[in-house]
Amino acid sequence: MLTKTFHGGIHLSERKDSTVDKKIKSILPPKEIFLSLRQNIGAPNKPVVNAGDPVKLGQLVGDSEAFISSPVHSPVSGKIKAIKDVYNPTYGKCPSIIIENDGKEEIFKPQNAPKNVKDMTPEELISVIRSSGVVGLGGAAFPTHVKLNIPEGKEINTLIINGAECEPYLTCDHRLMAEKTDEIIKGIFIIFRILGVKNIFIAIEENKMSAIFAIKKFIPGLRERCAGARVEMIVLKTKYPQGGEKQLIKSILKKEVPPGKLPLDIGVVVQNVGTCYSVYQAVHEGKPLIERCITLTGGCLNEPGNFLIRIGTLLSEAINACGGLKEKPAKIISGGPMMGVTQFSLDIPVIKGMTGVIFLSKKESELFEELPCIRCGKCVDICPVNLLPTDIMRMTKYSRWHYIEDLHASDCLECGSCAYICPSRIPLVQYIKLAKQKEMEKR
Amino acid sequence: MSEDKIYLSPGPHMFSNVSTPRMMKNVIIALIFPVIASIYFFRWQAVILISVAVTSCVIFEAAMQALMKRKITVTDGSAVVTGILFAMVIPPSLPVWTCVLGSFVAIGLSKQLFGGLGLNIFNPALLGRAFLMAAFPTYMTRWNEPLTLDTVTGATPLGMVKFSHNVDVDYRDLFTGNVSGSLGETSALALIAGGVYLLATRTIDWRIPLSYIGTVCVIGFISNTIAPSEYPGALFHVLAGGLLIGALYMATDPVTSPVTKAGRWVFGTGCGIITIIIRLWGGLPEGVMYSILLMNALTPLLNRATRPRRYGT
Repeated sequence: MLTKTFHGGIHLSERKDSTVDKKIKSILPPKEIFLSLRQNIGAPNKPVVNAGDPVKLGQLVGDSEAFISSPVHSPVSGKIKAIKDVYNPTYGKCPSIIIENDGKEEIFKPQNAPKNVKDMTPEELISVIRSSGVVGLGGAAFPTHVKLNIPEGKEINTLIINGAECEPYLTCDHRLMAEKTDEIIKGIFIIFRILGVKNIFIAIEENKMSAIFAIKKFIPGLRERCAGARVEMIVLKTKYPQGGEKQLIKSILKKEVPPGKLPLDIGVVVQNVGTCYSVYQAVHEGKPLIERCITLTGGCLNEPGNFLIRIGTLLSEAINACGGLKEKPAKIISGGPMMGVTQFSLDIPVIKGMTGVIFLSKKESELFEELPCIRCGKCVDICPVNLLPTDIMRMTKYSRWHYIEDLHASDCLECGSCAYICPSRIPLVQYIKLAKQKEMEKR
Repeated sequence: MSEDKIYLSPGPHMFSNVSTPRMMKNVIIALIFPVIASIYFFRWQAVILISVAVTSCVIFEAAMQALMKRKITVTDGSAVVTGILFAMVIPPSLPVWTCVLGSFVAIGLSKQLFGGLGLNIFNPALLGRAFLMAAFPTYMTRWNEPLTLDTVTGATPLGMVKFSHNVDVDYRDLFTGNVSGSLGETSALALIAGGVYLLATRTIDWRIPLSYIGTVCVIGFISNTIAPSEYPGALFHVLAGGLLIGALYMATDPVTSPVTKAGRWVFGTGCGIITIIIRLWGGLPEGVMYSILLMNALTPLLNRATRPRRYGT
């Protein structure tokens, strides 16, 4: 098979075996939901309900007037118990709505019933996506309606659907593609209707054969519906960080996104497959983003797998759905093992941007002492955006801030490849983050 | 790590299995081949000098670190590597006290004074040798015959070519190492075996040895074609002297060679050009040491000049 790829990057041990064949299972909604008001990369939401109010499933409970923001909806029916600060896996302590689940699953009646996609204008579609609280589900949680709202003067000709899922351990996108293929294809069609692009590329890493076969069957149908557009499935080489927007674009189009620019500046929009599924649910079913597919895995779980889980479910509740813990986890990672964030407790709620949680046993959690850099240049060889991580580290370590500018630390994706490959186990990403911060301060 | 704790750490949470201590171990494993060859050809002289060099390098490293109030890191293996490498590039007849002095220059001055592991500009073993070459030239150019350890007739193959224009050597002896020379440089067979191990384990980058040896071969071939009576052939250049140990073990030292791929090509080519210029037209029979030290000095400049293109521009 002819596969596409980019320059640099690393080959990781995939560690997907324990969940890759596990069908997506629904986890029963818990008694209590901890719905964080900060679930997108933009402005946090303000509650539009008060403690004591009754709420229904899918009812709007938090919104913001900011453009880059996305509302949140109640994932259960019941009563608002309190509004107080709760730890959020990405942003730390954030105001959250605590909802008591009455178990009745009464659905909030949307004001405008779903219509046929073909009868809706792009503006109407975008407004449905916004009001349904859809954000990028690949991890960054960027509001989808903002990404689809192309600023005046920019022309988008290519839509890339990201099914790379290059982080080890995670398999939720793979399972979605294999099981919800029709829905994802319909979601892609909605996005096509909004953007009116000439090219649609659905990109999947070659290690996801069942997803590739599933999507392949739907390509001719999608081609027919998206009349006039080129619809193609792209098989990518399995390499980290293939799922990064810049790496996807480079692999497929052989184009590089200029520094400080966005994919839309070169006419490309990238959407994650999970996001396409949520777009489908929002438009076709009138269902806001109140649950997502998540991979729960790692050596501590009795039954790791892929789960459809309500946003706001505590990890401790979710664990019960996969047979509980074999042993106490030494490391709890929200996200993948390369870019994920460690959590200090199991009482952390699921948020929209959570692709998976990895419960690592003590044996799996490697902690190392930082050794001196021996200038082996491995980090330079593999950096997917041509940086010199070792030089940035050195200049940062010795506070040579005036040299930092030439080293373009701001281009860093923070993919962690350099820190992975470093034989001296230097936390290069942290040094680069510090350099980035200093660069920002200077401006 | 206590039992019940949950660990918090920044990503990534996975690491490659190549570590700096592992790389040091790989170099030591690769050096076993030339060490065995040197002990075979130079007997007790090799045993004494290798043990003295390694011991004094380790002691000087610990002493310097204690003196400068740094963390003592002799267990990381780098001082052992320097000790063995230094022993490999000195003549078998070198007095023991000179070997100790050279080890001090290698570790104490070239490495620790510059800040320790990763911060030295010059290859420590080679700087130690360069110091002895300048201070004790007679000791450094006194060669034994292999196996018999006879010092009277000893001359290295390169020396014979340089000073008596005698290109008549047995290539089989040259390959196995049955010739005069520094302890570890004579046996091409042993050096190649270790080099293959280093390349296979990705401990060293292939670009430097390839460009270094390649450059020497090309210029050696051309000069030999033009004037066969005056200049030896390419194969002689590769097998004789310190080219193999230099190209496989010294020039590839990550600390003192460029971090960029393009820089490594230039580095290896530069080493090759300087080596062959000294060998063909210089006052010395051998140029490997000076070529690598000179290119070491150029490494910061090469790193800057060969920075990869900024992504997206």
